[in-house]
Formats: sequence, C-alpha cells, structure tokens
Amino acid sequence: MTVQEIADILGLRCVAGGKSLEREVSSGYVSDLLSDVMGNARDSGIWVTSQVHQNVVAVALLLDLAAVVIAGGLEMNDDALAKAKAEGVPVLSTKMSAFEAVGRLYELGVRGDV
Amino acid sequence: MYRKNDNGQAMDPAEVTPCGAARPSSEPVLEMSFEVGHYDFAAAGEAASKIKQVLRKLGMAPDVVRRAAVAAYEAEMNLVIHSVGGSILLHVDTEKVTLVSCDEGPGMPDISLAMKEGYSTAPDEIREMGFGAGMGLPNMKRCSDSFSIESEVGRGTTVTASIRIA
Ligand SMILES: Nc1ncnc2c1ncn2[C@@H]1O[C@H](COP(=O)(O)OP(=O)(O)O)[C@@H](O)[C@H]1O
Ligand SMILES: [Mg+2]
Repeated sequence: MTVQEIADILGLRCVAGGKSLEREVSSGYVSDLLSDVMGNARDSGIWVTSQVHQNVVAVALLLDLAAVVIAGGLEMNDDALAKAKAEGVPVLSTKMSAFEAVGRLYELGVRGDV
Repeated sequence: MYRKNDNGQAMDPAEVTPCGAARPSSEPVLEMSFEVGHYDFAAAGEAASKIKQVLRKLGMAPDVVRRAAVAAYEAEMNLVIHSVGGSILLHVDTEKVTLVSCDEGPGMPDISLAMKEGYSTAPDEIREMGFGAGMGLPNMKRCSDSFSIESEVGRGTTVTASIRIA
C-alpha cells in the first residue's frame, strides 16, 4: 500500500513531503526513542511517533523511511517542518493516539516484523 | 586517491583528524572529515547524511550504506550530546568503510558500562527529545564488522567502526 492510500483511508493530514506520497510502505515501527528507531525500523517503513523536532526528519532521511506519522494531535516544530519540506520527507499528522494509529495501520496490513 | 573535508577543500593529510594514532593506515580511495559541535542539535544528523550520500555516489551496496549511515548517526549524536565536540573521519579503502569518531573530552570512565544496552548519562532534557536510550554504541557495534573504543577521562574518546564492502 502507498503512503497516499494509507493517508486517505485513515484520514491522516499531510503537513510536509506531499510530492513523495506514492512510495510503497514496507513495514511499520512505533517509538519515541531515536536510537530505537535507528536500530530497528526498516527501509521504506512508516514511523509513528510523538517526537516533533528536527532530528525526527534526520532519522527518517537516514533510514529512507516512507513516511513519519505524528500522533496525538501534536504539531511538528517549524524548523522540523521546514526541513521535512526541503528534503521531501512525508510527514502525516493525526489526532489519533499512537496506539490507535498503529492499530489502524495493522488493520490495513502494515506489519512490524517483516 | 581523493581527500577532502566537508567543505570540499583539499586537506593536508596530517590535518584530517586530530587522533592520528587511530587513523586507518591503508591507502584511502576516499577520505573526508566532518566537524561536529557540542549541543548543535540543529545541524545534528548532517554529517551522517553527507556520509550516506558520498557512499551512495561511490556505488556501495544498500546494506553497507544503511549500516554506515546508522553508525555515523550514532557517533555524531554522541559527539553532540556527550562530548565537547569533535570530528568524524570517513575513510574508504578497497575492502571497507571505516568511521573514526574522535573528541577531546570528557572521556569515558568505564567503557564496558558505556557499551551496556540501556546505559546512558544523558540529562533529562535530552531524554525528552528521544535521545539517551543507551542504544547508540550497541547499534554502532551491531552495524559494524569491527568496532573499538579507546577512551581516557580528561583526554577524550575515539570510536572506530568498520564495515566490509561486499
Ligand atoms: N564521545 C563520548 N564521550 C564521552 N562519553 C560518551 C561518548 N559517547 C558515549 N558516551 C557515554 O556512553 C554512554 C552510552 O552511549 P550510547 O550507547 O550512545 O547511549 P546514549 O547516547 O543514548 O546515552 C553515554 O550515555 C555516555 O555516558
Ligand atoms: Mg548515543
């Protein structure tokens, strides 16, 4: 499934990287610990987090993630948004909690262990 | 041979890294050095990102690029968070990619404790940002084919990680 399809079905709002939504999502990961994500998230994965600062974008770029989902209705910091836009990293925002967002992703067939 | 710093200027080999002893002795295909500043969170990740781009351009296998990017990122964040600032040397030869992170302080009192999964001395405000999970050095080790730390309190720390090419 592509990032666009997931965003449409779950009603996720795209706040950056709108031009890169056609990527296939390989897997999912949820964590607010950056080294945990660095060590365990997969290439082309979708990452659910409540971290909203610039280093989220750095991690997504380094791992070649397909998208970042900011859960819990949090707003990403302005400098982080600017970086995500400049680098074309899709950032999707949702009022759903991280638990709910991950559950809905799982329902769509996104898996953690692939 | 191709040597340059992150600004793309030619460098005197002696200037490539302050930790001369730990510098790989093999003839490099490419060698670059990146400065990393203490608590410079705005620029954090840039050295790792450049290292990733360079390795990709060299045509390295995706898995090698990924492991080097993870190792470089963890080394970079440790310089940002735990050191007075330092540098990362990227040294590529025909057999491996080597990353050498070095700084001039504060050094580690106990290297095996620092290597323990979950051990971190990061302050609370840093943890709130999602750093300080105590997984950085273990991540680096897992991504590397050879890994070593040399450290002396008051002198500084050198972390060397090598990844075999193919
Ligand atoms: N360059 C360094 N200089 C001094 N201490 C360091 C350095 N890098 C790591 N450390 C020490 O090792 C610990 C573990 O590092 P790491 O595994 O990366 O976890 P974290 O960065 O999340 O604390 C750090 O909390 C710190 O005490
Ligand atoms: Mg660390």
